[in-house]
Amino acid sequence: MKSKIKKHITLGLPLLFPQILQAQSVSAAIITSVNIVLLSVILITIGIVYLYFRMRRQISLNEKWKTINPINRFKVYTRELNSKQIDQFLKLKEESCCGMCTGKGNCSKKPAVLMLLLFLLSLNGFSQGVKEAGQSLIHQPGILITIVLMILPVLAGVIFAIIKTTRAVGSIHKQNKLKEAVQFAEHLKAIDDHELEAMLSKRKIALDYGLVNNELAGTEPAEDPKGIIRNAALKHDVHFTAPKKKASERPALDADITKLILWYLGCATFWLALGTAIGEYLGIKFVSPDADHISWLSFGRLRPVHTNIVFWGWASLGMIGLGYYVVPTVSNTKIYSIRWGWIALLLTNLMVICGTICLMAGINNGGGEFREYVWPVMALFAVALILTLANFFLTVAKRTTKEIYISNWYIISALIFTIIVALTAYLPFWQNGIGETIVQGYFMHSGVGMWFTLYTLGLLYYFIPQQINKPIYAYSLGILAFWTQIIFYTVIGTHHFVFSAIPWWLQTVAIVGSVGMIIPVVAATINFTMTFKGQWNKVANSYTLPFFLVAVIYYFIVSMQGTAEAFKFTNLLWHFTDFTVGHAHLGFYGIISFAIWGGIYAIVPRLTHKEAPQHMVGAHFWFAFIGLLFYAIPLSIGGTLRGLMWMEGKPFIDSVVMMFDYWLWRAIGGSLMFISHLIFAYNFYKMTKKQEADIDIKEEAFKQLEKGIVVQPELALEFKKI
Amino acid sequence: MNVFNDHKKLYPIAGLLFLTLTFFTAILPALQNQKNNAPLPGTKALSGDAMQGKLIYIAEGCVGCHSQQVRNIEMDKVFGSRPGIASDYAHITRTSFWQNTATLMGTERTGPDLTDVGNRQGGKEWNLIHLFNPRAVVAQSIMPSYQWLFYIKEKTDSNDVIVNVPAKFMQGQSGKVVAKKEALQLLAYIQSLKQSPLPGDIKPMEFLYKKEVASKEKAGSGSTSADGKALYTANCQSCHQENGEGLKGAFPPLKGSAVVNGDNLNLYVDIIMNGYDARAEFGVMSAVGTNMHFNEEQVAALINYERSTWGNSAKKVTTEEIKKIMDFVKLSALNN
Repeated sequence: MKSKIKKHITLGLPLLFPQILQAQSVSAAIITSVNIVLLSVILITIGIVYLYFRMRRQISLNEKWKTINPINRFKVYTRELNSKQIDQFLKLKEESCCGMCTGKGNCSKKPAVLMLLLFLLSLNGFSQGVKEAGQSLIHQPGILITIVLMILPVLAGVIFAIIKTTRAVGSIHKQNKLKEAVQFAEHLKAIDDHELEAMLSKRKIALDYGLVNNELAGTEPAEDPKGIIRNAALKHDVHFTAPKKKASERPALDADITKLILWYLGCATFWLALGTAIGEYLGIKFVSPDADHISWLSFGRLRPVHTNIVFWGWASLGMIGLGYYVVPTVSNTKIYSIRWGWIALLLTNLMVICGTICLMAGINNGGGEFREYVWPVMALFAVALILTLANFFLTVAKRTTKEIYISNWYIISALIFTIIVALTAYLPFWQNGIGETIVQGYFMHSGVGMWFTLYTLGLLYYFIPQQINKPIYAYSLGILAFWTQIIFYTVIGTHHFVFSAIPWWLQTVAIVGSVGMIIPVVAATINFTMTFKGQWNKVANSYTLPFFLVAVIYYFIVSMQGTAEAFKFTNLLWHFTDFTVGHAHLGFYGIISFAIWGGIYAIVPRLTHKEAPQHMVGAHFWFAFIGLLFYAIPLSIGGTLRGLMWMEGKPFIDSVVMMFDYWLWRAIGGSLMFISHLIFAYNFYKMTKKQEADIDIKEEAFKQLEKGIVVQPELALEFKKI
Repeated sequence: MNVFNDHKKLYPIAGLLFLTLTFFTAILPALQNQKNNAPLPGTKALSGDAMQGKLIYIAEGCVGCHSQQVRNIEMDKVFGSRPGIASDYAHITRTSFWQNTATLMGTERTGPDLTDVGNRQGGKEWNLIHLFNPRAVVAQSIMPSYQWLFYIKEKTDSNDVIVNVPAKFMQGQSGKVVAKKEALQLLAYIQSLKQSPLPGDIKPMEFLYKKEVASKEKAGSGSTSADGKALYTANCQSCHQENGEGLKGAFPPLKGSAVVNGDNLNLYVDIIMNGYDARAEFGVMSAVGTNMHFNEEQVAALINYERSTWGNSAKKVTTEEIKKIMDFVKLSALNN
């Protein structure tokens, strides 16, 4: 089974990653070249069969052509004349004295001869190909190369023959038609039939009939008394990219909440740029480990700096910032306390700054992934979370709608659960021995699933229907997804420690729970895609919806991938390899980051009335999307190969050497992602910058009038002249 | 569906559900495990230096690339002689008031697992050079260099632990590389990483997913040369180097070596199985063969590889010959 998988990978990959052949055995290369030989022989055979049938068809066509009396065909032609041709025909009949010159085309026999020659040649080639394919059983690279080299000209010959034959056949056909056209012209000239002429005149009138285009509209000029048409472009410029719909005008929010949200999102943007700059540097260190020898910048210390900055600095601040828009909006009320929002923002930023400095100085919590900040630092975040929870909860409590919208179930529950997770994992008086690892599995998984995923789902439940302008498909699916997500996601943390010293029953529960995750994931995916159903054209016209769509697709793919990764065999293969790094990035980037970007592009223009340049939003999207694929696919392939090497008991250092190319690709993909973040930061700046706000001339004019400023007389004079 | 429209019911219910699940899948198992597992009798507490070394190991984030867990599957057998059990970690308690317990089990193996590295590769010289710049001993390594754990001195005292770093890795600096206290503490911790033996009659867990197919293939091919090369790469190369020339002042060359090419097979096998410390100018070799549980086939393959590579051309040995010697060598090792 193992070797089978390997063979498939080896056969499939050379197209994408030629380097792989180096890492693999020569036998795979031989199999590939045998395939090439077989493929060439098949191509040659297909070519010859094609030529044969082409000839047959042409010959039978010619035969048929000759047997039918041309007069019958001429009758058909006459009946099918179009208006212009009828006109010409009638004129001709009126004049009825004009002669017509004819020129006879020569039907040369040359192409046919050439064709036959080529056919024979290629037959010759075919026999050779077959003979050599028989010899290819000898699996010697030298012989195989020779055969391939010999087949190449034969293949070229067949292609040449096909082109030539097609042309020859085409020219014969053309000659025949030309001849017939001449005969038809003679026939037309010879006709002397007044009935036919009368019929054709009638026909011409019928053919010329057309609508005048105002049958339904009438002749009244169009008006729009209810002002239904808005925002219509009166002028169409030449554009290089597809024009997207502008953000719709919304009533302005209070200035103080606007400022708070923008600060949350602005800080998040800053941490994203910084955190991924560090990530980029870490990616470089994989291929250039001697880039620096400074303790504060060493890989072991910087790795958690990167992950924690993007976790707490970027994603958490971004999500909470969007929450300050979504939670009051769907409750149809105002936020309970702006002040608490500011305090929470300050505390979170403080936590990321302190945590970063601590980690770089070598002060960390003891090695659990995502649990690297020490508890005093994390306590800042806990306070921030409690403040945010209280703020959102009290906002929902004073809502003016009867129902609690589904977004608010997710967002507020995410806050409650995360506080429980953080307290469980960080309270500093327990967890000795393997207990630490049990809690670690719970923490790192619930941190992702109960904080980032749950909260982001809440955001998607608001933004997707809102951007499509259509209610969510099914509330009941949302309920199902909500409760099953809690039940299954909580119990699967231990699947990060399958085959370890953690009790086996806990590992089993985790694997079973991972399979159970299919329920909430499929339910939520159906809910979102059915909301998109019938509205796909809006995706193409919007610059926010593609971000949400990517988030939904990755939510499905990555969660299902997570289920597959929890199985025992896949744990043998993928655990401890870079496959999991690829998976983590697909999830955190593909789901969380894309959803936050979509949210930012959706609400910031509403708050500031400024939009980012649309082509720059497009550039951001594509750099991020393609970069992520370049990042994750090589790591997945490399991780798989590495797992196979370990399972086969190959020396460890060989697996490090093998990974080099994949780490290089990861660094390239990472660079694209990093560039996209710089573009995003620029876009955010464009959406929020204060100075040189575009003056709305109409708005300004009325302001001037309100102020009572009298129009200057000389200006007024000029207007009169115009 | 009143519950979904009442914030006083919805959120407490959801929170309670989550808390209950948390209690049964995280808190309770963790507490139970702490209570029901005691350290193995053979477990030694970390010495002062080793404990300090562990703190450095934690601070430098080594766990990001090196796991410390031998899973009960065949592919992990290279990292320890038996699968890890909860008792292996039972002696590890909270690091400090500020820092959590560090079992350092890890979730990533960019580098090899270190559960049993003290047995596998505990050599002082090798580890210090490796810490100064891993690529000085393992050319393909991508591990960071930990040069801040070393001084570079023009004049050295008699107390200084001098590290023989090849000139190429000195980056043009002159002087001697001397290990700081921290480097020696980290070394002490690395050397302390050894799997404790299970007490008397308790049998270790089985390794699952045995490689039956692979071993059949090997038996069918009949040649042991490829095997020998892989064994050399995995177990010997980091000191004696790919070109068999060793490292001057640290590890002796095997190319043209009298032991490798000579007739004293007993000594040769003894060194592979039980290590060697007879030459002052080189580092101590640990009992590689015994630690890695080499059998006679593997030792024969290794010897044949070393005797036929880098220009060496000594007589090949047979598995039977080696088996006899190994039985003898085992006895002598026990007597010692």
